[in-house]
Amino acid sequence: MKKSKYYLIIILALTMIMISACGSNDDDNEGSSDSGDDSSASGEQVLNMVETAEIPTGDPALATDAASFIVFGQTMEGLYVLDGDDQPVPAIADGEPEVSDDGLVYTFKLKEDAKWSNGDPVTAHDFVYAWQRALNPDTGSQYAYMFSGVIENATDIMNGEADIEELGAEAVDDNTLEVTLEQPVEYLNSLLAFGTYLPLNEDFVEEKGDSFGTNSDNMLANGPFVLTEWDGSGLTWTYAKNEEYYDIDNVSLDEVNVQVVKEPSTAVNLYETGEVDRTAALSSEYAKQYANDEDAATFEEGSSWYLKFNQERDGEETPLANENIRKAIAMAFDKEAFTEQVLANGSVPSDGYVPRGLAVNPETGEDFREESGNLISYDVEKAKEYWETGLDELGVDELSLDYLSDDTENAKRTGEYFKNQLETNLDGLTLNLENVPFKNRLDRTTAQDYDMVMHGWGPDYLDPLTFLDLYVTDGANNQASISNEEYDQLIEDAKVTYANDPEKRWQAMLDAEKILVQEDTSIAPIYQRGRLTLIKPYVQGLEEHLFGPDYSLKNVTIEK
Amino acid sequence: MAKYITKRIIYLIITLFIIASVTFFLMKFLPGTPFSNEERLTIEQREILNAKYGLDQPIPVQYMNYMVNIVKGDLGVSFQFENQPVMDLLMNRMGPSLQLGVQAMIIGTIIGVALGVLAAMFQNTWIDYGSTFLAILGKSIPSFVLAALLQYYIGVKLELLPVASWNSFSSSILPTIALACFPIATAARFMRTELIEVFGSDYITLAKAKGNSRGEVAVKHAIRNALIPLITVLGPMAVGLMTGSMVVEKVFAVPGIGEQFVKSIMTNDFPIIMGTTLFFAFLLTVIILIIDILYGIIDPRIRLNGGDK
Repeated sequence: MKKSKYYLIIILALTMIMISACGSNDDDNEGSSDSGDDSSASGEQVLNMVETAEIPTGDPALATDAASFIVFGQTMEGLYVLDGDDQPVPAIADGEPEVSDDGLVYTFKLKEDAKWSNGDPVTAHDFVYAWQRALNPDTGSQYAYMFSGVIENATDIMNGEADIEELGAEAVDDNTLEVTLEQPVEYLNSLLAFGTYLPLNEDFVEEKGDSFGTNSDNMLANGPFVLTEWDGSGLTWTYAKNEEYYDIDNVSLDEVNVQVVKEPSTAVNLYETGEVDRTAALSSEYAKQYANDEDAATFEEGSSWYLKFNQERDGEETPLANENIRKAIAMAFDKEAFTEQVLANGSVPSDGYVPRGLAVNPETGEDFREESGNLISYDVEKAKEYWETGLDELGVDELSLDYLSDDTENAKRTGEYFKNQLETNLDGLTLNLENVPFKNRLDRTTAQDYDMVMHGWGPDYLDPLTFLDLYVTDGANNQASISNEEYDQLIEDAKVTYANDPEKRWQAMLDAEKILVQEDTSIAPIYQRGRLTLIKPYVQGLEEHLFGPDYSLKNVTIEK
Repeated sequence: MAKYITKRIIYLIITLFIIASVTFFLMKFLPGTPFSNEERLTIEQREILNAKYGLDQPIPVQYMNYMVNIVKGDLGVSFQFENQPVMDLLMNRMGPSLQLGVQAMIIGTIIGVALGVLAAMFQNTWIDYGSTFLAILGKSIPSFVLAALLQYYIGVKLELLPVASWNSFSSSILPTIALACFPIATAARFMRTELIEVFGSDYITLAKAKGNSRGEVAVKHAIRNALIPLITVLGPMAVGLMTGSMVVEKVFAVPGIGEQFVKSIMTNDFPIIMGTTLFFAFLLTVIILIIDILYGIIDPRIRLNGGDK
């Protein structure tokens, strides 16, 4: 019997050797072209990196996804682009525009040397065409609302109630673009840097028709790189230097190879063997493992995560309509332990709704989050007091609440953490974890079929309003029957009344956040999401963004 | 034979029709819309988009339209890959999955049959126990564990083969091995059982009595008969392998159809769900048909056309 085991091990070993031996032979034969690439990488400016998702579309009007916006961030430029500090700076626009006294009419001069990768000049017509096209209901753009309430008549065009010609955007001549706004918009520059506001070459798009943006041959660039070798749904693509780019002298990288890897361990293995120079955001288990690695880079993203309390379900008030119950829950969990031990990916605990790094005070330059401060913090003693008061007011001893969230690994771990924290700290509370697929969660949130939901929101533009606007009474994304007249008024002030008065507008938004989080505690802030990536030390100058494309490669150099 | 095949093809079309119909209605039960930016769409915009893609029509009307389009050979365009024709996407994604499936099938069958034959010939010796042990191992190790182990030890530690990605034949070896384990195990177990049974039959005793060696008896007389039940199992297994393994494709970053199919369900990409399901069903039914025809070739005792002459 012992002998037979011994033979078994020999057989196993032989099989493995046989398999791997024939493998390595093939590798040698086929590997000649691969090793050629490697040697060029050491001498030249080539970056190899990992993404976590395929490119859904190369059409900026149809794009909704981080993956697509990342591509446009490298291949296209709008009137503005985001710099390394997430500040919008003129790109295709030749300097700052002339603005009319009422703040409604902007006249942009365009760079005369800006060209498309086919050699055509980038003109004012390209912007007018692209914007009209995105708003045209026939196009089916899911981001068309980004123009709504900003550019004159955009809302009516989007809803099919006005002709696209009526849009407040006009090409005075090839290099002059006149944009008319509905009302003064404080954050216009950041919108102008967003993917949906990118220009498009009309001749090219019309020639390609429905196939525009479906593979790299059907796309045109006006930015630092052109997209190549993308078959429309594949897991690999490359960027090559755009020879027609007006600022090509400041682009170092010759080539970028991108590989989609959805399995976190695979991305780490590729990084460890030196196949790639940068990973995408690591999942929690790897982020924890690499937290102190010298190649680890953390970045605070622009998305804010919080518990949303549903105050009305099936036409009846929920226990969460009680302010004391909401406050108790919002104070009864340890946010710091959560971000450090459960997420461990560079996320930071937050005592407010609007994320850090989004916008600064127009007068003092102070960050909104800093100025607004800690609106609701972890405090078990206070939480218990609120809880007792709340239970008394409701006339009950115990409460059972449904906690709704996604069914990803991360979401499940998060749910367990909250169940443990809340049930331990609040006597008589039972939390029913409901982990459902993403689309299912959206459905149930819309139908207000939940008590608490783990909700995250990212910015559409660089202004606190992109977050605060959600919770006006009957707002489309309110979905929790949150309502406060004073709050509604402050948001209205920030949008309309003080549209041309940056300081009063700022104050209105500060007051609004205070009502939402501190006074009413309609939502319970938890954290601002972060990401931890691995990047080789010789990759210099990669700029990460909290809005729009995740990063820009224009200024990257390889310094080996 | 021709009549039989014609009849079977008609059945095949009916089967596909039923599968298409059932899938279509089941799919409509999925919560949510196929729009990726669903959360931020206004009600007006949602209506405009629904109208654009014909999703505002009653489900029976959508069903009719879809069926008419299939007959015309139009599978529609994807939602998650905007404007990408379903046919193009299937073609792009099927290639790697087919290649992996066929490779795994070939390796799996050859090694599996060999192991099974050895085990049967040397029944109750260490060879038999060893092959049974391998078979149990192959069946019971989940493919994600095996894939991760192969990647780590052979790719990262020994650096013998690429860790992942899909750019040369060498990058297909590890995923093939990960996929081949299951067919190896299945084929080995079936082969062993069948062969032992065949070895017990009279004609084998006769062959032995004629003075044939053990090897000759096995190769010339026994294996052919023992293969029949195996083919029944291998057919559907081949389809399973060729339609892609989500886990193996994900671990080795293979641009295959398996992972894509699961994602299309999660994102309500209706045309892709339908297109892929139909394609898989087509593959399965065709392979079953081929197996039925093969039976006749391997074993003349099985007459497909029954009483028909």
